[in-house]
Amino acid sequence: MSAAEMQLAEIRFKVNGAERSVSVPPMKRLLDVLREDLELTGTKEGCGEGECGSCSVLLDGVLVNSCLVPVLQANGCEVLTVEGLAANGALAHIQQTFLELGGTQCGICTPGMMLAAESLLRNNPRPGLDEIREGLAGNLCRCTGYMRIIDAVRHAMQAPLLAEEQAEIDAVRR
Amino acid sequence: MRSNVSQYELVAPGSLGAVLALLAAEPGAWTPMAGGTELMVALGAGRLEQRKLVSLWGLDELRLITANNDWLTIGAGSTFTDIRQNAVVANEFPLLARAASWTGAIANQNRGTLGGNIVNASPAADSPPVLLVYEAEIELVSAQGSRRMPYSEFHLGYKRTVMQPQELVKAVHLLRGHRLPVEYLRKVGTRNALAISKVALACVGAMQSGKVSAVRIAAASLRETPARLSATEAALFGHALTSGRIQAARKALLQEVKPIDDIRSTASYRAHVAANLLEDFLEQMAASEG
Repeated sequence: MSAAEMQLAEIRFKVNGAERSVSVPPMKRLLDVLREDLELTGTKEGCGEGECGSCSVLLDGVLVNSCLVPVLQANGCEVLTVEGLAANGALAHIQQTFLELGGTQCGICTPGMMLAAESLLRNNPRPGLDEIREGLAGNLCRCTGYMRIIDAVRHAMQAPLLAEEQAEIDAVRR
Repeated sequence: MRSNVSQYELVAPGSLGAVLALLAAEPGAWTPMAGGTELMVALGAGRLEQRKLVSLWGLDELRLITANNDWLTIGAGSTFTDIRQNAVVANEFPLLARAASWTGAIANQNRGTLGGNIVNASPAADSPPVLLVYEAEIELVSAQGSRRMPYSEFHLGYKRTVMQPQELVKAVHLLRGHRLPVEYLRKVGTRNALAISKVALACVGAMQSGKVSAVRIAAASLRETPARLSATEAALFGHALTSGRIQAARKALLQEVKPIDDIRSTASYRAHVAANLLEDFLEQMAASEG
C-alpha cells in the first residue's frame, strides 16, 4: 500500500437523500468530492475562498461553502445540493420562481443562490427585504443586479406578498 | 496553485480528550482545525503549510454556551451563528452579537468559530475588540489541565499568542451584570458582507456628573494584535468631554496606534478613521447623561 493510499478516508454520507460512500483523501474539499467523485456538477466553484457562495450546499440542513469543508467533516452527514431540490420531476418552488422572474442569467451563481434562499426560507419563512439581502449577502452574482433574484425569493415565500411589500420592491426597482 | 490534497492528513478523534491526547503525544505536529473557514482557504490557494490536521468540528464539549449567575461561558467551538442566536449574548453583550453578524456572511458564520477567530490571531478579526472591552477571560485546556487568564494577556505579537502547541482554547468567559450604559461598535470595510475590516473600534463607557466615570476602548487593525487603547482611555477617564478634551483623546489615540499600509487600506487612512470613530463614540457618551 502506498503512502497516498494509506491516507484515504472512507466517507459515508447521504447526498440528496441517497446513501453514498467514497474513498478519498480526508482533506479533499466537499466541493470536489461532489463534482469529481459523485459527478454532481451542479455545485459550482467560484472563488474557492468562501467569499462568493457559488459552492453553497446544505450540510445537515445548514448553509455552508462546500469549498471550505474537508470531506471528513461531512462524514455521516446529510448533504443537499441543487440536484436535490427538484423532486419527482417537478422543480422546487424556489427553482420555479427563479425561472419565472428572471433570477438566473449565466447560471454560475444560481445553484448557490437557490441553496442560500432555501436555507433562509427554512429558517425564516417570511423574511423582509433586509433579511433576504443578508441571507444572500454571501452569494455574488455578476449578471442580474440582484433585484430579480430578490424578487424570486420573495415570491417563493409561502404566503403571498402584502401590498406594501410589493410596493417596496417596486420602489427599489425604480 | 491548488494544493495536492493527498499530501495532507486529517483526523477526527471524536472527543476533546482524544484530541488533547494526540496534541500531547506529538506537540506541535498537529494543527487543530474547527470550521475550516481560515485553513481551508489556505488549502485552496496552495499555501497551507501544516500537513497534519486534527478536526475539532462536532466536539460537543467545545460547542456550548452556558450561563450561571455570574458568568456567560461561550465554548470555543461555538459558531458565530450560535453566538448570534443566544439570548444572553443578545441581551447582555450585544456588541458581541453584532460583531458575530459581521463575521463573513451566513455560510461563514455557520462554520467559523469564536475559538478559531481568536487563535488565528488576525489583528483585523471582528470579535477580539469586543471581547477586550467586555474584559473577557479565556480558558485554555491541554491534557495536563486548564488555565484561565484575562483575554487581554492572550496576544503577544503579530499572530503570536500565549498558547502552547498542546493547548486548545476551551472557552471564553464574560462577567455578567457589569454592563456600561454606552456601547459602541463600528467597523469600516469595503462592503458590509464578508469584508475584512480596514479598521474597527469597540468602546464601552459611562458618564457621571458630566465626567467620564468608566471607559474601555479596543481596536482592530490598528496595532499588530487586537488591542486596548489604554492611553486614549487614560486621556478620557475622569474628564468632562469638552472640545479640548476630545482633541486630547484623538491625539492620544493617534500616538498609541501603529497602523500599517496593506492590501486593504493605508496607515494614514486607518489612523484618521479611527480618530473619527473615537469622536463618534464620545458624542454618544456626551449625549448619554440626561
